Amino acid sequence: MAPWTVNDQRIPQGRLALISYLSVILVLLLMVGFWKLQVVQSGHFVDLAERNRVRSIPIIAPRGPMLDREGRILVDSYPSFSILLLREDMKAVEKSLPQIEEGLGIGRNDVMDQLDAARNEPKFQPIVIKPAASVADIAFVESHRADLPVLELMMVQRRRYQLGDMLANGIGYVGEVSAHELERSDGHYRPGDIVGKAGLEKQYNDVLEGTDGMRRVVVNSVGKVMRTLDNVEAVPGKPIQLTIDYDLQVAAETAMAGKEGSVVAMDARTGEVLAMVSRPTFDPNDFAVRIQQSQWDKLNNDPETPLLNRAIQAQLAPGSVFKIVMATAMLETKAVPETLTEYCPGYATFYGRMFKCHVYGKGAGHGEVDFHKAIVQSCDVYFYNVGKLLGIDRISKYATGLGLGRRTGIDLPSEESGLVPSEEWAERVLHRKWYAGETISVSVGQGAVTTTPIQLARMIAGVASGGAFVQPHLLKNFPNPRVDHFDLSDATVEKVTQGMYGVVNEGGTAAGARLQNIEFCGKSGSAQVIGYDVRNRLGKQREFKDNAWFVGYAPRRNPEVVVAVLVQGGEHGGAVAGPIARDVVKTYYDKKNARSQEQASNESPAQPGVPRPIAATVGGQHP
Amino acid sequence: MREGPRIQDFDWTLMAIVCAITGVGVLEIYSSTHASAPMAGLQWRQLMWVGLGIAGMFIISRIDYHTLLDQAPVFYMVGVASLLLVLAIGHSKFGAKRWVGIGGFNLQVSELMKLIIIIVLARYFSEVRTDRLTLTDLLKVAVMTLIPVGLILKQPDLGTAMVLVPVAVVGAFLAGIDWKHALVGVVLLGLLIPLGWNMRRHLKPYQQQRLQTFLHPEEDQRGAGYQILQSEIAVGSGGFWGKGFGKGSQNQLGFVPVRYSDFILAALAEEQGFIGVCVVLLLYLGLILRLVDNAQKAKDRAGVYVVMGVTAILGFHVLVNAAMVIGYVPVTGIPLPLMSYGGSATAFVFLALGLVMNVRMRRFVN
Repeated sequence: MAPWTVNDQRIPQGRLALISYLSVILVLLLMVGFWKLQVVQSGHFVDLAERNRVRSIPIIAPRGPMLDREGRILVDSYPSFSILLLREDMKAVEKSLPQIEEGLGIGRNDVMDQLDAARNEPKFQPIVIKPAASVADIAFVESHRADLPVLELMMVQRRRYQLGDMLANGIGYVGEVSAHELERSDGHYRPGDIVGKAGLEKQYNDVLEGTDGMRRVVVNSVGKVMRTLDNVEAVPGKPIQLTIDYDLQVAAETAMAGKEGSVVAMDARTGEVLAMVSRPTFDPNDFAVRIQQSQWDKLNNDPETPLLNRAIQAQLAPGSVFKIVMATAMLETKAVPETLTEYCPGYATFYGRMFKCHVYGKGAGHGEVDFHKAIVQSCDVYFYNVGKLLGIDRISKYATGLGLGRRTGIDLPSEESGLVPSEEWAERVLHRKWYAGETISVSVGQGAVTTTPIQLARMIAGVASGGAFVQPHLLKNFPNPRVDHFDLSDATVEKVTQGMYGVVNEGGTAAGARLQNIEFCGKSGSAQVIGYDVRNRLGKQREFKDNAWFVGYAPRRNPEVVVAVLVQGGEHGGAVAGPIARDVVKTYYDKKNARSQEQASNESPAQPGVPRPIAATVGGQHP
Repeated sequence: MREGPRIQDFDWTLMAIVCAITGVGVLEIYSSTHASAPMAGLQWRQLMWVGLGIAGMFIISRIDYHTLLDQAPVFYMVGVASLLLVLAIGHSKFGAKRWVGIGGFNLQVSELMKLIIIIVLARYFSEVRTDRLTLTDLLKVAVMTLIPVGLILKQPDLGTAMVLVPVAVVGAFLAGIDWKHALVGVVLLGLLIPLGWNMRRHLKPYQQQRLQTFLHPEEDQRGAGYQILQSEIAVGSGGFWGKGFGKGSQNQLGFVPVRYSDFILAALAEEQGFIGVCVVLLLYLGLILRLVDNAQKAKDRAGVYVVMGVTAILGFHVLVNAAMVIGYVPVTGIPLPLMSYGGSATAFVFLALGLVMNVRMRRFVN
């Protein structure tokens, strides 16, 4: 045996015992450690574990459809698939990029950009790399389930605008919720949610949007769905019925084909908007998927402003339509004798400056002009004098009283107020005194005064109704539409409406708009496009062309329907805008007559309010 | 006094504890892997390793430990040479050159080195005749230990390298250490930590990352910090009673990293709860205490050092692994002995226990 094996039998019993005690202490410490995690903090970790394996996948609620006043579907939703990229396992994503590029045609850089844009969102939230997947795309994802686990399909609901670009500015469009909206919603929205961005889609978003459902699924550590735990079905958004009459809308759109401007048709008694056209416009179906940045920029930077709803946002000089305000103020205030007559040689001079009548340079002037003829022939000289006698403050008071210079309260976002100038306004905004010469321009609806088409429709309807100015609205059962009363004497209403009757029916400025058997009245206007900036924006070819206005209604007293027409660069209000208003009013009466005939021949009238798709008649747009 | 070891002298109590721990481990390996196709059936392979290990244990218990200690210098040379060989030709697996292909099996040479260091240091300490170790003794022990430690670190395998140190520490403690030397040793260790911190640039990227994520787990949601976090979630969500066998979501859905191996205690903690963890920890405590008992009953100091060398390694494994699972120490790749799946690790534990049996069976033998 080797020398070392001389056995040393001194066993260090004490030290061995010490090691035993130390072991007991260490095991107890470990137990304390486990106790802290498993008993003290258990709840916290149960939450984390739950979040780890249970994931909530939203089931998108379809937005509510929009129906016209007769229940015809104008806007609805259809299901479509989006392709999602699960990005929890970046290595797997990285590996899949070449296949994704080949199969879905989404380039590596494109995917990387989208991943970068979503870098602040939690990793477990997949990103949409392809909205509106084609059948081929879906087939690709389905057939590569095994080798491309990072791809997933999600059913979404997309907006379908059956009318295409008709009523587009009124309907508006939807889009992904913005960062700002997200913040303000207080957790109501998640990134990628679709919300109304403009028009009725925005105004009635709360009604239309419904409540998304939730599918709770178990996922494994790479985020792959293992099985479904439960489903909370989506609650579809509620439908909204509009006051729009599809037939009138089509008539108005057809009449405006190729023109720039706006048409607003309204029930003069209730404020129900029957048709609303704004041109040029856009197709909201383009927004229903994911609008390309280039397309969005194009729409936004287009000098013809297709996104502007001219019916409520175009603030333009009303031209001679404003003479109805002047005539009303003249008769009501009695500051000007109603027997006033003026001689019109085609121009007049005030404060050393010549003001032309619209007939200037076309032969003789209007000659001897009284109140009635002044409206029928739209004599500027007559109203220059009226304006001079009234003064800007009376004009301002009446213009405001008849609803100009302030919002009508229509149920659409971003309505503009127009402008009614006054001495106070000049001082407050322009920091200078009001010049008396400016009153002369304002008297014929030029100068600083601007209005929107909806304001003029409401103004004319209100005057012809004896001073009841209704709140325009697009929602069929709009709760308590406001009615502003501005008392007008019956004599005034009678005289003014007689004048507007003459405009159409007595060889006035809109004689071409006459209708058989219908008391179609109205007032034309041809307004200079003011401001060099506006001219430059609108382009050179129409630089000097006037805007054509016509606001027509029927019947003469207590009208049923009022139509405001604006044709930008149309030059002649009566001749260009008048026939458009006439077409709409004619359609209105044709329908009304057909309905009463139907009722006469049939004891039981057709059931109203049953939704009927109009795809057959319009050829619905399927994006 | 008898002439040879008898089968009755085999430590059946220790064997019962070992079997209980192994059984729990095999069941948990089954629970962790049965649902994922490529790994299903892993428990059978583990059982095969256990069987091989038990056979090895009996064989090693037959050879008198004095004979083994006699050959200590030879073992040491072979061990160091093997480590050098691994560094030279060993192929990479999991980023570490720890494996050497032998007859179709991968044997981790560093596991073998654990056995060798136990024998070598037992031999050295039993040769010391004084009551206290001299400074020269300590330096020799340090050099003997640090050569394989350095070589294993180079592989790089921080965990296994660290495991060798407790053998020397426990041995020195038992052999008798001047408290001044002990103090210097502690201070040196204390200095090593900041030094190590400054040396972190020289660490392998994966080690840097592990260190970084240990210090700031929340910054890394997918790497080692993610592993620690997922392990903690598994343990914590298990609660007092556990989620039940095969019902731990963290375990079953693969959130717990290498749940059948290094993190098997996390898987168990999730499914069997605090109660299950306590049972397992108490089994390990029983194992350690039984090993110390064997040391106390050893015939000579050589036997004490052999048994306590084994105890030091197993105890260190259990302590570090359990602490890692609850996030108290960084992820170092130290498996839980007898429970974690792994061929050479399991084989090592049984061979080491064979050494203990060896000592016990010869306590009455002259």
